[in-house]
Amino acid sequence: MLLPSLVILGTFVLYPLGKAILLGRQRCDAQGRTCTSNGWDQYLDAFRSTEFQNALWITFKFALITVPLGLVLGIGLAVLANKALSGIGVFRAVFSSTVATSVAVASLMWLFLLQPEVGVLSNIGWLSDMFPILRTPGLLRSPTTALWSVALSSVWASLGFTFILVSAGLQGIPEEVHEAAAIDGATGTRRFWAITLPLLGPTLLFVVIVLTARAFQIYGEVDLLTEGGPRPDATTTITYLTYGEESIINNNAGLQATTAVLLFLVLLVLSMAQLRGIGRRVHYGS
Amino acid sequence: MAAEKAPTGARLVGRYALLGIVTFVVLFPVYTTVIAALKPGSEVLKKPLVPNAFTLDVLSDAWTNGRLGRYLVNSLIVAVIITVGQLVTSVMSAYAFAMLDFPGREALFVLFLATLLVPLEATLVVNRRTVDSFGWLNSYQGLAIPFVATAFGTFLMRQTFLSMPRELIEAARIDGAGHVKFLRLIALPLVKPALGALALFSFLSSWNQYLWPNLITTEPEMNTVQSGLRLLRFGSLNQPNLVMAGTVIAAVPIFIALLIFQRSLVRGLTSGAVKG
Repeated sequence: MLLPSLVILGTFVLYPLGKAILLGRQRCDAQGRTCTSNGWDQYLDAFRSTEFQNALWITFKFALITVPLGLVLGIGLAVLANKALSGIGVFRAVFSSTVATSVAVASLMWLFLLQPEVGVLSNIGWLSDMFPILRTPGLLRSPTTALWSVALSSVWASLGFTFILVSAGLQGIPEEVHEAAAIDGATGTRRFWAITLPLLGPTLLFVVIVLTARAFQIYGEVDLLTEGGPRPDATTTITYLTYGEESIINNNAGLQATTAVLLFLVLLVLSMAQLRGIGRRVHYGS
Repeated sequence: MAAEKAPTGARLVGRYALLGIVTFVVLFPVYTTVIAALKPGSEVLKKPLVPNAFTLDVLSDAWTNGRLGRYLVNSLIVAVIITVGQLVTSVMSAYAFAMLDFPGREALFVLFLATLLVPLEATLVVNRRTVDSFGWLNSYQGLAIPFVATAFGTFLMRQTFLSMPRELIEAARIDGAGHVKFLRLIALPLVKPALGALALFSFLSSWNQYLWPNLITTEPEMNTVQSGLRLLRFGSLNQPNLVMAGTVIAAVPIFIALLIFQRSLVRGLTSGAVKG
């Protein structure tokens, strides 16, 4: 009964990881045709290279923007919509709606908003007069704003997901706890910090883990919005460095394997740190 | 907690104002996309915020010439194969881990869990070669087979099987039910909610795959919706309304499906957060 799963996971998860670790030692020539195995030092060289260091930093920066922003917005929207108002169902449906967009759909919507020639914002006269950067060079083509724009699109796309999860978490907090605190004279703000937030702990931990994993595996947004640019590599994440069409190692199979394995290692270290660091502080309600 | 009590007076107005603003911000990209998809090319850039013209030609153009119809069918086929495959393999392996006693069970289970630590992006470099050597580039097998088993599904279903009442299992055993019979008549009906959640989760994640179809698809006809949108974006950016029409066509089916399956969606998304 285990056989089907074992065969698939073995062939398409474990074997490729092992094989990539071996392939990552190979140095290839500029055309990417002949590769020779040169021992393990390619990993060290690649890790130290400016290109990889840059990609690592971009990836971290992307996570540092999208995870807190996504989390705060998700909590904010969930708390905002957690009131017995008439018509609240409609608002909840709207806030959840971006969960229906795929990476490609969301990215193309934002591309059409932000693109400097054919984009919506740059073609609104008064707006682009007020913010000339919308047209030249455009938010996606300026090195200072490109990563933020990609991050914005990504946060928007995962908003529905965070909203749904945090809302479900809020529903799980027993009403009596809030009532008891209110009787004791705790204000709304105080109740939020002292009760809601700590009791949401496990939910928020899960959201943070998922958002972080997503941030480190981001690819589609970069591919569709900026192609890793503006040149040379303002938005080149580790995944884009490995798989992107405009990546400088695009036809170097050896180095692609190297960076893929390095991504695995980075994520491994990260999950260990997350489990140790945050897990200890989370309060699991009984 | 049920929803909190409604505020009154000025606070109520403020609350609605805030809800309104957020709704506007969340829906703004959707709005501009939809109205662009419904405009002829000559009108798209003139007044990007106003629906000043209306045509369905661009949508039909995206459907046929942009091949969105074909892409939707491809995505559906691939997502169905992956979903059914994951359900079957997960139930089988989860049942083995939860109900059977065999040497090496713990070690194998740890091995399964370990695959959760391997990010998809770390395996695709080699998977592309593997699929190539099978002759599976530009094929449904290539798009689907690497994903028809998951440790996540196995883990989720194992937890569900373990939570079944012991008495039930013993009663079935006394009645002489074999594993297959037990699974079919007693266990599967009991774990239906978890199966539904897993199905939805599998379907959505395979439907949304972007990088893999891009890596192994070179023939335009074999693109999925996601990689097809990429083709449209790089091929036709000078016709933004066509690209937006493609985006709308790609988004609508999932949007409708999620409206129908709203309840199981919440369960599906939260199932990953369930404590073991």
